[in-house]
Amino acid sequence: MRFLVRRLGFLLIALWAALTLNFFIPRLMPGNPAESMMATFRGHVNPAALKALEVAFGVGGHQSLVSSYFQYLGNTLRGNLGISTSYFPLSVTSVIMKALPWSLGLVGLSTVIGFIIGTAVGAVAAWRRGGKLDSILPPTFIVISAFPYFWVGLLAIWLFAVTLKWFPILGGYSETATEQWSWPFVGDVLTHAVLPAFTIVITSIGGWILTMRNNMITVVAEDYVKMARAKGLKNQRILWQYAGRNAMLPSLTGFAMSLGFVISGAILVEYVFNYPGLGFLLLQAVQTEDYPLMQSLFLLITVAVLLAIFVSDIVTAVLDPRTRVRT
Amino acid sequence: MSRLRILGRRLAGAGRFLRRDKKAMVGSIILFILVVVAIFPSWFARDNPAAEIYKPGAGLSWSHVLGTTSFGQDVYSQLIYGARQSVFIALIVGAFCTVVSVAVGVTAAYSGGLVDDTLSLFTDVILVIPTFPLIIVITAYAKGASFWLIVAVLVFTGWSYGARQLRVQALSLRNRDYLLAAKARGEASWYVITVELIPPMTSLIVANFLSAALYAVLASAALQFIGLGNINTESWGTMLYWAQNNEALQTGLPLWALAPGVAIALLGSALALLNYAFDEVSNPALRPVSQKKMRKRMKKLEVVG
Repeated sequence: MRFLVRRLGFLLIALWAALTLNFFIPRLMPGNPAESMMATFRGHVNPAALKALEVAFGVGGHQSLVSSYFQYLGNTLRGNLGISTSYFPLSVTSVIMKALPWSLGLVGLSTVIGFIIGTAVGAVAAWRRGGKLDSILPPTFIVISAFPYFWVGLLAIWLFAVTLKWFPILGGYSETATEQWSWPFVGDVLTHAVLPAFTIVITSIGGWILTMRNNMITVVAEDYVKMARAKGLKNQRILWQYAGRNAMLPSLTGFAMSLGFVISGAILVEYVFNYPGLGFLLLQAVQTEDYPLMQSLFLLITVAVLLAIFVSDIVTAVLDPRTRVRT
Repeated sequence: MSRLRILGRRLAGAGRFLRRDKKAMVGSIILFILVVVAIFPSWFARDNPAAEIYKPGAGLSWSHVLGTTSFGQDVYSQLIYGARQSVFIALIVGAFCTVVSVAVGVTAAYSGGLVDDTLSLFTDVILVIPTFPLIIVITAYAKGASFWLIVAVLVFTGWSYGARQLRVQALSLRNRDYLLAAKARGEASWYVITVELIPPMTSLIVANFLSAALYAVLASAALQFIGLGNINTESWGTMLYWAQNNEALQTGLPLWALAPGVAIALLGSALALLNYAFDEVSNPALRPVSQKKMRKRMKKLEVVG
């Protein structure tokens, strides 16, 4: 219980820190860049919405910093994120809602695939210590992890889309297709998702392999694994039911922590492939100087990562009693 | 023993480590070459990287080893001159991050109590906020971030992981007998920290420097690629930005886009290989074992048993 309260407290503090960063960043920049954005707004937006934007970006200067800070916090907590300038007159929330499923599908699926394959390969590599797999994989993935995410995407486009013409180059679906639930459209979406998903899996899998391998090496040396061997259990059973399960715990904790890392990569992958998700939207917002959209996306991504970390803390605590005692 | 002899022995140790560890050897050779290229680019390329004076979109030839861009610039020359920004950002951000990590991590562990709680909380909060979106938001307002702004942003977002690791190690050292003895002798805190506490942590500190540098290389390249750096300077990320905006892949100039990526990866791999080697130094369990040696060891055990 105490553990739960502590983690919940940390979640709230981190959320508050993200909100505060979001509030102060535009104010700390020399010659408040939001000023020009606001100028285009005046006269087009109703006064209440204009007021909310002024509070969020510190333009106008009618109010003290403290009172606009609290007003901003209130607005954000009520889910009032403002109006998008590039998709005017749509609200930020509705623009985000349209892009969200694309990112969830792409990033979610490829992260899970990467985690499962990487963890399995890492476990097997450590089990056959010094074998072929174990001597080839770690150095290979050290090198791959040093490649920029987006560059792997460029390479994939060049190889599989431009040269071999196996997959489409850009987008989440064909321009000619209509968005509806039909088999041809679903197939179209899937073929468009293959290359971006492949890029994310390739670049993130190395981390899972190395973490799992290193955990597994420690676990395999434990007495209870020796005991299992002495009992004459089948290798497969020891590998997955005895050693693998315990070695996976740190990976599970790392899963949420690395989510931020995966999202960073996914932003670039979406950008390279013009994939209509949140990352692409974020960079579009940057290019069109749509600051309300940009800041809301930052906030949304942060909240998602923080919640994931919180959930994984709880899951780890349920699975591993040791963590409950320690903290 | 004199200080000089200790230094000599350390250097000899480092040399032995490099000779024995292939990963460290390869990593340091690549890094050394890239640093030399970054400092003296004119030794390696004669063309002005910015000059748009050649035939646009030319393929490979002896005068243009990697072809030209669609603006008529020499790709090879851009690659050589672009090394400077990436290498310097890596080393500078790596150094600053390490200083902040050591300062925060060690202070937290050594002081304990409320100071530790506050610093740890701060570290953890910075650690969990997704860095890349944050970097994008900050640099978006700056419109064409300068070299030093990029450095500042990367240091702000990059120090926390190291600080957390160093704090854990410093905590495990804090109550060792030799440290307690130094305190009992009445040594000042700064002496205990700098002379007794930090030196045993060297390998972890170096590993932290390397991973912060790797982070800086990849993040700065990504920033420049999406056009948030200064797009008029020579760097690998900027090359990729121009290549992407002129559809280099689709217009038959793949080398323009692929070459800078390979260069970034080369620098990145050098840092990653060294980092991995240092990990193995501080955690011997991770060292590679050859099948042969394992079998020999097993045999010995069988004989004894």
